[in-house]
Amino acid sequence: MGFRCGFIFCLLICSSVAFQSDELLVDDDEFEGTQQIQYTDAAQTRSTPPPSRTTSTRRRFSDPDLDSKVQFQLEHSFGDSDFAPAGLFTARLKTSSHGGQSLTKLRFSRNVFTEEDRKKFTALLQEDGFYSVRLTTNVLKSQEPGESYVYSSVKARCLPRGELDEHFVIHMDGVNILAVNYGTPGACPFPRQLRLPSKWSFNSLTFLKSGEQAPRTPIFADDILVGETGEGEGVKPPEKSFWAKYWMYLIPLGLIVMNAITQAMNMAEEQVGGQAAGQGQAQPQQSAAAIQRGPGSSTVRRR
Amino acid sequence: MVFTVKVYLLLFVTLFASLANYGFSLYEDQVGLMDWRQQYLGKAKHALFHSSKSGRKRVVVSTEENVIASLDLRHGEIFWRHVLGPNDSIDGIEFVLGKYVVSLSSEGNFLRAWNLPDGQMVWESFLQGTNPSKSLLLVPKSLKANQETVILVFGSSCLHAVSSLDGEVIWKIDLTENSVEIQKIIQHHESDTIYAVGFSSPTQFDQFQINVKSGELVKHHTATFSGGFSGELVSVSDDVLVTLDATKSNLVIINLRNGEIGILQTPIAHLIDELSGLIEIVISKLSGLFAVKVDSRLTLVRVKGEGELEVVDKIHSQATLSDALLVSEGQHAAALVQHEGSHVRLTVKLIDNWSSNFIDENIVIDGHRGTVQKFFLHSYIRKDRSHGFRALLVMEDHSLLLVQQGEVVWSREDGLASIVNVVTSELPVEKKGVSIAKVEHNLIEWLQGHLLKLKGTLMIASPEDVAAIQNMRLKSSDKSKMSRDHNGFRKLLIVLTKSGKLFALHSGDGRIVWSRLLQPSHKSEACAPRWLNIYQWQDPHHRAMDENPSVLVVGRCGQSMDGPGLLSFVDTYTGREISSSSQIHSVLQVIPLPFTDSTEQRLHILIDAQSRAHLYPQTSEAISILQSEFSNVYWYSVEADSGVIKGHSLKRNCIDVVDDYCFESKDVWSIILPSETEKITATAERKLNEVVHTQAKVVADQDVMYKYISKNLLFLATVAPKSSGEIGTTTPEDSWLVVYVIDIVNGRILHRMTHHGSTGPVHAVFSENWVVYHYFNLKAHRYEMSVVEIYDQSRADNIDVWKLIIGKHNLTSPISSYSRPEILAKSQSYFFTHSVKAISVTSTSKGITSKQLLIGTINDQILALDKRYLDPRRSINPTQAEKEEGVIPLTDSLPIIPQTYATHALQVEGLRGVVTIPAKLESTTLAFAYGVDLFFTRITPSRTYDSLTEDFSYALLLITIVALVIAIFATWVFSERKELQDKWK
Repeated sequence: MGFRCGFIFCLLICSSVAFQSDELLVDDDEFEGTQQIQYTDAAQTRSTPPPSRTTSTRRRFSDPDLDSKVQFQLEHSFGDSDFAPAGLFTARLKTSSHGGQSLTKLRFSRNVFTEEDRKKFTALLQEDGFYSVRLTTNVLKSQEPGESYVYSSVKARCLPRGELDEHFVIHMDGVNILAVNYGTPGACPFPRQLRLPSKWSFNSLTFLKSGEQAPRTPIFADDILVGETGEGEGVKPPEKSFWAKYWMYLIPLGLIVMNAITQAMNMAEEQVGGQAAGQGQAQPQQSAAAIQRGPGSSTVRRR
Repeated sequence: MVFTVKVYLLLFVTLFASLANYGFSLYEDQVGLMDWRQQYLGKAKHALFHSSKSGRKRVVVSTEENVIASLDLRHGEIFWRHVLGPNDSIDGIEFVLGKYVVSLSSEGNFLRAWNLPDGQMVWESFLQGTNPSKSLLLVPKSLKANQETVILVFGSSCLHAVSSLDGEVIWKIDLTENSVEIQKIIQHHESDTIYAVGFSSPTQFDQFQINVKSGELVKHHTATFSGGFSGELVSVSDDVLVTLDATKSNLVIINLRNGEIGILQTPIAHLIDELSGLIEIVISKLSGLFAVKVDSRLTLVRVKGEGELEVVDKIHSQATLSDALLVSEGQHAAALVQHEGSHVRLTVKLIDNWSSNFIDENIVIDGHRGTVQKFFLHSYIRKDRSHGFRALLVMEDHSLLLVQQGEVVWSREDGLASIVNVVTSELPVEKKGVSIAKVEHNLIEWLQGHLLKLKGTLMIASPEDVAAIQNMRLKSSDKSKMSRDHNGFRKLLIVLTKSGKLFALHSGDGRIVWSRLLQPSHKSEACAPRWLNIYQWQDPHHRAMDENPSVLVVGRCGQSMDGPGLLSFVDTYTGREISSSSQIHSVLQVIPLPFTDSTEQRLHILIDAQSRAHLYPQTSEAISILQSEFSNVYWYSVEADSGVIKGHSLKRNCIDVVDDYCFESKDVWSIILPSETEKITATAERKLNEVVHTQAKVVADQDVMYKYISKNLLFLATVAPKSSGEIGTTTPEDSWLVVYVIDIVNGRILHRMTHHGSTGPVHAVFSENWVVYHYFNLKAHRYEMSVVEIYDQSRADNIDVWKLIIGKHNLTSPISSYSRPEILAKSQSYFFTHSVKAISVTSTSKGITSKQLLIGTINDQILALDKRYLDPRRSINPTQAEKEEGVIPLTDSLPIIPQTYATHALQVEGLRGVVTIPAKLESTTLAFAYGVDLFFTRITPSRTYDSLTEDFSYALLLITIVALVIAIFATWVFSERKELQDKWK
């Protein structure tokens, strides 16, 4: 539940490039008291074609404090082609009091598809191929050779929905990227229709996610004590109510009582009727039988 | 009205809840009705014959499954048996004092003495050494009888002398300092002197002379041999040892006479003409002789005098040698087993007179047992005072046979102690007019049986009758028929054992219907087959009823991962091998696809070491089926060492190989776990054939939750690399357990959760939308079980009834892994008393019946735990609505109710796995547990609500109906008569 609240709370939207959002940047301080290291940071970037191909990284941070800034590249591939740079992630490296490092304030700027990219992408749409992205696993050592990458693919046909909608979830463990989940924010059911994007611009939504903390096992001291004295405490059936215990006696009892009442009523009627002829006597007897049957049958039905 | 309905519902639920707690418990007389257990030992390593003049004759065996057992020599039944722990492998067994058998295990760390008649442990000593080394056990022969014997144990570079009476260590010598690898301990001519011999370097031979009485190191001799030593050191007699030199072309004879070391070498070429292939000395104790094995041919060589060698015999066929056996004063005999066609030839010869045969017997061994791997010889005195011999044969399929007088006296299928995997097969449909069961009841028997049952029900049966009823129930021919039954209780369990033998067991009584030892079609020395797993290949339902079902067995040559693969297709009704292919591409993974062809053969993809996919069956129809689903086939691979999980999909046909059934794969996604903080320890996924009844789960207040049901989910657990060892090696701060739920189509991590202060071993089971896993909590010092349930939030707004009526719901919209999932994961943890060996879940044919977890506990029993105890919605004070629904109030630990043990009073020793199979009857799951023992039972998690019990008295019902009808007629007649009389009044 905590995750969900955090998710909604942290869903930060910053729109177009020119506009510097006044987004509420959530600091981890909020969670420090509760021993939770889980946090989610999200940013939505709408990369309408910028005038030049230069990456539009945001470098203006409100306070240039001790936290250092890291950048890491997003690379993409069309089908079987080699990976090529496609965008840049910028984040702040936060060092917590007990030495752990984590990333916050993730920003993403997407490079615009070149003419060649568009051609490749269209070809991919035709053949229902995979569009893949990859990220380096360690953001601090991203420039070193021999690094390892995590990658993720999506069927290219899932992306175009007017614009190209994409959705990144980057799973972090400290400064290590465990996995990147790439896909469309909406649905993409199987017989995927061929649709060309109306605008060659990306509408990116990025999330930074680190794992949750498992809920702690509840410890009931008194329960343990009881458990030691009495055996199999947890399995006792709940205490039954009076009705639950004795319903099988109460229902027949009720029937008998009702039966007796109707009989008594009949008797009274008989006495009123006096010694009438046999013809007249049959009538009330029948009705009594009907009454008698009435409640009994309804009980059966209810059961 | 609504209120009353609710009340009744509540009543029903509470009643049900109180019943369900004891839902599985059995009555005493129900034991054995629908369950069976079989006890096995495993492949025998050592055997000791014990035949005292009085008392029963027995043979004590120790096996590769770490079992030590005493068997009846006449029938092969188990007198007693002990299963040591999984890491407690037995190094040797020996008799002491004529009444104990001592076993050395755990690389010379544990020495235990067992009482021979009843198997009670008399004493146990823990022998601590310094460096790991070879472990040896020697009981020196003492000259004086009835003297307290000393047991000499070499293990972990220390030589211990242990008293045989109480297991006290008398003395101990540490041989670490000289860095000598001790190979043998030899008693010198039944004296107090023993020699410990070994090598301290490749060229130096060391000999320690030790006094047994005092534990004094008398002398330390060394001798160097420039040629170097290699291979085993084999003792020919008390003071002659044989080994090979470094080039493996010379025999090295080491003579220990008079306390001096004499080393002689002789080229093997002088003795044996053809030298090709592997040369080794056979490790058999043949006093005066030794055997050299060159390319599977044996040459027996006698050592005479000061190292003169003489070839005694050459055996050209494949043969196995026994150890020498003292027959009479100074007379030793040894035996040889050779395969000649379909039978086995056993020849016993005297060592001194090798040219003539003492006994020559031909034994016919029924097929599918393979070759003799090992055998143990025993002699006895015949009625005519001559020597007779019996031999205990260990066959290639790990079965144990006792042969005597040219006949197999008894045999044990001990290969079943090492089952690799199990699949099930339906039995053939019973055809009209053909009675498959051997015994059919006639009407009188049937009536008599029911009369007895009636007596039992009315409690007027005498004790003999009760016994007869019980016997009748146990031996009901109904359950062991060879045909399909209406309820689907009768099945064939096809099991694959480690030795590569397939068995078909009947689920009714566990008997072996057929067995088959799988062998590659052209057996070559290069391919040592190792059978990996068994898969359902063809399971005819309706389209191809005439076909027999079949299974696919996949194997590999040799130990390396990229060895050539082996496939075998076996008919499950007859055990006939339909076809096989060997020396194909390597097999790393086998993926059954959810498609079948027109003959109901399941399509399989085999992934080779070059991550190419090969399609089976290799027909054009299979290709066309695959082509239509080509872009929807995904699989994953886990590299546990490097912490990489990768997803793959099919790309195109192989380019470099001309093969229509070969496809190249493409890596689609990857997850890389940081190796310094996480190490993969367990994975779990859903069963392919699992049926889920409904996606919706109605919770309290008429709310609906939608389960996130995807077949493509993988559960993965990682622990801190530091704490991946034994529990207790790390502090809680240094250990953590991370669990993942991953969609394997696109690598999406749906859920990631860290348990701090917890560690493995992790056992997990995945079913429907939940995972249950078991681990150790270091902070609480207790085992824990956690549950994670995953719910689909994208469908959560379908709870509005109006929307459903108008049709504005997305329930029918297709689910795609490429759509962004909106999921909610709920989790809860509980303490659990036991550590766990295996964990499984019941499965029923329609998935309606509630689930039980089958937990193989540390004491080798199976606990059936209701899934309702592992429900993240449990809270300390559930609301009234939740109580109605059956949510149990939260407790911190899971209850262990003794009545819910599915194994009741039995133990399934060495439990390794539990397999559940749905029966046709919705309420019932068939459960098969395997380890060293086999156990089969029926489990009904919500009781048998859909059938009458087996002991239901139909006769009583019939009699009641008849009586009622009679009563109705009688009363009718009476009332008619009365009415008539009334009218005449």
